[in-house]
Amino acid sequence: MASGREIKTKIKSTQNMRKVTRALEMVSASKIRKAQDLMKASRPYARAMRKVIAHVAQASTDFSHPFLQEREKVARVGFLVISTDRGLCGGLNSNLFRRLLPVIREWQDKGAEIDVVAVGQKAVQFFRRLKGVNLIGSATHLGEKPKVEDLVGVIKVMLDAYTGGKLDRVFLAHNDFVNTMTQKPSIHALLPLPVVAEEMVSGEGKPNSPDFPVAGLKLEQKHDWDYIYEPDAATVLEFVLGRYIESVVYQGVLENLASEHAARMVAMKAASDNANKVIGELTLIYNKARQAAITQEISEIVGGAAAV
Amino acid sequence: MSHTLRVDIVSAEAEIFSGDAQLVVATGEMGELGIAPRHAPLITRLKPGHVDVVLGNGERQQFWVSGGILEVQPQVVTVLADTAARASDLDEAAAQRAKQEAEDALANRTDAVEIAEAQAKLAEAITQLQALERLRKTLKH
Repeated sequence: MASGREIKTKIKSTQNMRKVTRALEMVSASKIRKAQDLMKASRPYARAMRKVIAHVAQASTDFSHPFLQEREKVARVGFLVISTDRGLCGGLNSNLFRRLLPVIREWQDKGAEIDVVAVGQKAVQFFRRLKGVNLIGSATHLGEKPKVEDLVGVIKVMLDAYTGGKLDRVFLAHNDFVNTMTQKPSIHALLPLPVVAEEMVSGEGKPNSPDFPVAGLKLEQKHDWDYIYEPDAATVLEFVLGRYIESVVYQGVLENLASEHAARMVAMKAASDNANKVIGELTLIYNKARQAAITQEISEIVGGAAAV
Repeated sequence: MSHTLRVDIVSAEAEIFSGDAQLVVATGEMGELGIAPRHAPLITRLKPGHVDVVLGNGERQQFWVSGGILEVQPQVVTVLADTAARASDLDEAAAQRAKQEAEDALANRTDAVEIAEAQAKLAEAITQLQALERLRKTLKH
């Protein structure tokens, strides 16, 4: 009975698949907790950092740092895109890319060239294939406990390009972890700071995020003011701005990591459920086919006996 | 409202303190700073050392930071620490050990980078011990 055996192999292979998806689901379920803790722990720092930076951007300082100047003509735009290394996490990466593409096209229509720094294997693969975009740097395989040191390289590529006048705007794109069921692609400005501050005050770019708009961001002072810098503006700003970029990018990586595990867990759970359903259906078909074969055999025997 | 400061002390790993205070004392790069409400905006790097917060009711809370950034707005003080701890959470034995190790490393110095690293560690350990010392004093009073 050929069809019976065929169905049986199909059931077997679906069962094997279910084993894989179940394992992946359980692995992510155990890792998500750690990733979430890591992300939550560094959130206050990133939030406080953003607040300070928004203040700094509003100060009318004599010292002009390239990060603080908004250039009028935007000829090149940089995107720092954070994705996952591995697939099988539902639509996580493709949602991010789908959200990012119109933004990129919009800048291209305005005549700007696009440079991309990719973090994570998936972004590297995607932007290598994408036409009209230069991939200028990448970092992959950050592991379960990403370290700031692993990101220093790609951050430096971006910052050097910006300081050297090769980039006029820098954006950061990653998935924001909202909860286990929801991850939101987010794209927001990283440089120059006036753009960042504007975005933060208006809450644009992250409308549904709990962090935006940041409370207490808009300063009450209407007149011009400046900080007292100790020891001097150059040293302090250099230090603060460097820290700011690092912390924001690092936070992005952590959010993305938590999102990855959440998305994978949900996707693999759905896959396991689907596998169960398919196995059930196939078993039913198999039993029916077997029953039909037996019935046919009996009726043949009975028919044969009657003829004799 | 105008007689208190809102103080946030955060480290890269956690939020250490958040609340209202009447005075903040911190070790800036140029020396010790006392910040009362309506202080002029100021921004500076912090040296490894203690950060004291005097709460509205006069209670004094002590913290230790390994360095970072201090931002002052008239009503808001933000401390962005690399690592921070409540002074009472510091471990004296661990700090002593760290100090000893750093001193040993300095004694067997090899190259410039290592010396700088060891010196930074030593400074950190010493300030931790100082913070503990200060905490003990205030507890006695």
